[in-house]
Amino acid sequence: MPKAKVTFEDIGVTITVPAGTRLIEVSERVGAAITYGCREGECGTCLTQVISGGEHLAEPSVLEDQVLKDMFAPRGHRLACQAQVLDGDVVVKPA
Amino acid sequence: MQTGTMSTRPAPAVRVRPGQAVEIAERVHWIGVLDPDLRSFDIVLSTANGTTYNSYVVRGDKGVAVIDTVKEAFAPEFFQRLESVCSYDEITTIVINHLEPDHSGALPELMKRAPQAHVYLSSRAPMMFKALLKSTDVTPSAFTLVKTGSRLDLGGRTLAFYQTPFLHWPDTQCTYVPELGLLFSGDVFGCHFCDDRLFNDKVGDFGFSFEYYYAHIMRPFRQHVLAGLEQLEPLDLQLIAPAHGPVLRQNPRRYVQRYRELATARLNDQAVGEKTLLIFYISAYGATRRMAEAIATGAEEEEGVRVSLYDLEVGDVSPFIDLIETADGIAVGSPTINGDATKPVWDLLSSLHTIHVRGKLGAAFGSFGWSGEAVAMMEDRLKGLRLHVPFEGLRLKLVPTEEELAQCQELGRKLARHLVTPPGELFAEAT
Ligand SMILES: Cc1cc2nc3c(=O)[nH]c(=O)nc-3n(C[C@H](O)[C@H](O)[C@H](O)COP(=O)(O)O)c2cc1C
Ligand SMILES: [Fe+2]
Ligand SMILES: [Fe+2]
Repeated sequence: MPKAKVTFEDIGVTITVPAGTRLIEVSERVGAAITYGCREGECGTCLTQVISGGEHLAEPSVLEDQVLKDMFAPRGHRLACQAQVLDGDVVVKPA
Repeated sequence: MQTGTMSTRPAPAVRVRPGQAVEIAERVHWIGVLDPDLRSFDIVLSTANGTTYNSYVVRGDKGVAVIDTVKEAFAPEFFQRLESVCSYDEITTIVINHLEPDHSGALPELMKRAPQAHVYLSSRAPMMFKALLKSTDVTPSAFTLVKTGSRLDLGGRTLAFYQTPFLHWPDTQCTYVPELGLLFSGDVFGCHFCDDRLFNDKVGDFGFSFEYYYAHIMRPFRQHVLAGLEQLEPLDLQLIAPAHGPVLRQNPRRYVQRYRELATARLNDQAVGEKTLLIFYISAYGATRRMAEAIATGAEEEEGVRVSLYDLEVGDVSPFIDLIETADGIAVGSPTINGDATKPVWDLLSSLHTIHVRGKLGAAFGSFGWSGEAVAMMEDRLKGLRLHVPFEGLRLKLVPTEEELAQCQELGRKLARHLVTPPGELFAEAT
């Protein structure tokens, strides 16, 4: 199975995960400071800054796009409960 | 009549009067309301003598800002007080540090009375802002999302924003006036305490209320409190104006320090460099207790894990909440009684919302007679609280055999090993 590496810059932890893993699943496991509310991509509280490797995340869904827009999220931001890691190296931190 | 002094001279006492704003610093007024009769707040809090909803007006050469509003029922009194220091058409700016209804209740009406005013709120707040206004006939004509680093110049009075998410809602922020060393802190550093003398050096003793407010509102967000303090501590703080309770003009930094103390893990130094596993049980005939002891024995075999065993029969669970806050993992055991786990266990598991438990290791176990529902129910609860529950709970019928106790030891070993495994390997192993 393809694997990807996710680095949480706030706590300095890098983790190898299977493709398709959502950022929030990894962050709660390792104790990164990304917070979340609904986990359904609606509340926007898990907003996360992608520092590098954004191209290794699956494209945002229509829903995620809408929420990011509603929140006026700057470029390079994603919802951790939605964004799935595909491959390669991704570096993120809480927004 | 009014005072805004920040010197060491004792300040004259003022009392809040109907329809009158209170000057708290040069060109800054308190326009909040007193709610002396309130006894219960947000369902989860009680208060012995009410609370206040603090709102403020800052006057600059180029504009006038209103910081937060009050609970809707108190809007008339709030507007009266506001009118004593400014007219609606002067208001250029409305800052919302926190959208909870106790501070945003009068906001829709304020936006109607001052339609030209521009609203400033945290960049984490727009979804909630929409949800708040959706039941009103107000649509915001102009609002700006701010975050740490955003500033607004009112002419001789600057508003500098500090985003402090989850103190205690996603949208919470603080607003700082650098010219005065004045921090509008929202719920942070606030408390439910009502005293018409308003300032911390004049009101009755509110120490208990301050601690109580922290324990019930801020404590679940310990990590966020620490992150917030990193931003607020470096500020020159002459005056802290929170959204509830006394205005902190005498030794304001003391309250910031207290937050630092409260948010810093207690007793952690007992187990430096070690992981901690707490095992809680309750047992009528000793079967669940023997399971607990066996889990502890197994877990202790692992180097670097400190294991503690507690009987919940002692009743009061609050000391355990403190322990769990700093622990790395918990295992909870109860027999099945009438198709359920027992009350002491539920008391424990229903008190964990006051602390941060997400991501801690969790496990359940228990003895049963014929149906054995308790273990699955406890497990569901642990998962619902977002603990990480990688190992299936252990259910044993009536009195455990040696072989069954060996299974308990094995569960203990697995839990302990899990705690000392680096996160990276852990993830790979579990998926
Ligand atoms: C102390 C406190 C904590 C809250 N925590 C959450 C939360 O974790 N998740 C959530 O969705 N809403 C949370 N809320 C928001 C309430 O659910 C929301 O304000 C709701 O509309 C209140 O409903 P009520 O009018 O029936 O009391 C919280 C509110 C308070 C006062
Ligand atoms: Fe609040
Ligand atoms: Fe509040």
